[in-house]
Amino acid sequence: MTEAIPYFQNRTCPYHPPAAYQPLREAGPLSHVTFYDGRKVWAVTGHPEARALLTDQRLSADRQNPAFPVPFERFAAIRRVRTPLIGVDDPEHNTQRRMLIPSFSLKRTAALRPEIQRIVDGLLDRMLDQGPPAELVSAFALPVPSMVICALLGVPYADHEFFEEESRRILRGRSAEEAEDARLKLEEYFTGLIAAKEKNPGDGLLDELIEERLRPGSLTHEELVGLAMILLVAGHETTANMISLGTFTLLEHPEQLAQLKADEGLMPAAIEELLRFLSIADGLLRVATEDIEIGGQVIRADDAVLFPASLINRDEAAYPAPDELDLDRSARHHVAFGFGIHQCLGQNLARAEMEIALRSLFTRIPQLRLAVPAAEIPFKDGDTLQGMIELPLAW
Amino acid sequence: MRIAIDTDRCIGAGQCALTAPGVFTQDDDGFSALLPGREDGAGDPLVREAARACPVQAIAVTDD
Repeated sequence: MTEAIPYFQNRTCPYHPPAAYQPLREAGPLSHVTFYDGRKVWAVTGHPEARALLTDQRLSADRQNPAFPVPFERFAAIRRVRTPLIGVDDPEHNTQRRMLIPSFSLKRTAALRPEIQRIVDGLLDRMLDQGPPAELVSAFALPVPSMVICALLGVPYADHEFFEEESRRILRGRSAEEAEDARLKLEEYFTGLIAAKEKNPGDGLLDELIEERLRPGSLTHEELVGLAMILLVAGHETTANMISLGTFTLLEHPEQLAQLKADEGLMPAAIEELLRFLSIADGLLRVATEDIEIGGQVIRADDAVLFPASLINRDEAAYPAPDELDLDRSARHHVAFGFGIHQCLGQNLARAEMEIALRSLFTRIPQLRLAVPAAEIPFKDGDTLQGMIELPLAW
Repeated sequence: MRIAIDTDRCIGAGQCALTAPGVFTQDDDGFSALLPGREDGAGDPLVREAARACPVQAIAVTDD
């Protein structure tokens, strides 16, 4: 076994995996990394191996399993709570997911497009009124998905400063206490919101779940609050990072951007390639419940397994010249949304948001450029989600 | 070509309809379905890609 390098490490370029992960790519398809607590964790970097393992029921997503790996100290306390959907296995997961599938179907997502476009246009109007310059994360990249998920769930957008901040503290807080405090605040918020909705129903997904699941008793208050939190946090942080980092990446690849501007039909393929290339969610974890033989190695029961999407999506055997952004390539079968039963529920909503946001941004402001040199723009440290902290733009 | 969809396994990710929209769709509940008249795959080369894209391997494709 090669030396198990530390994981997570910082990216040196916002859109490339950390240079320090290179040994993992060379050692692949399965090797080891070391977590902050000294634990040795399997790292799967081969594309076929990742797809096989992510569909293997002997790998569990149950965060309450004592053997489930903790990627950061601040997550240690949060695991005391049962996390619906992403932190449970079938059949529990399946029951929860099936309640939500109709709301995230391609048809429902398509029906949301006019609303997404309206939100995007409104934010761009304001950016154009007030700028140049503009800071894209706060003016556009975060508000777009935040307003969309609010509309979908039936959460008042007026509360966005509160929940964006608490989401940030859950995902990136400095300590276990801070993350736990943020989780409790969001829990309290949703408990209140759901109680208010029970008295005065609105027309969001939460209202539907209250009417169709909570009242008949097929969902408990606690589960509904948990689901609401997951949907809200997963619904805005992730897409916000894709919009900001996607914009930065396109501006840093002017030939690719010119090609995209010249051919609107390229957009769906471009979104898939950006998803593959950027792989912003880089800390997917599982724990083995039984021994699993794969690629001549054996993952033992209770072993932890990490799926670094940024490396899996750059497996040269799956994607020739993987470190090049090529909007024209077929980036199909990337694992940016995961794979297996937990593959992102909101992926088609995310695709629609990215597509509308990026197309509108570059159409309305064709002269868009970085306001400061690229090297001066801050981006997030190595963590479970990558993206820009700020993105100062001019035109 | 015969296409079988295991809707008990389907998680509504929509990968099939996204990959081969000429053959697959989603029903009102969000589960994978075949478009009327395209049950045999209509010779669409993307059908196998769609099956491969399914995150839970709910689509089986067999040649007649």
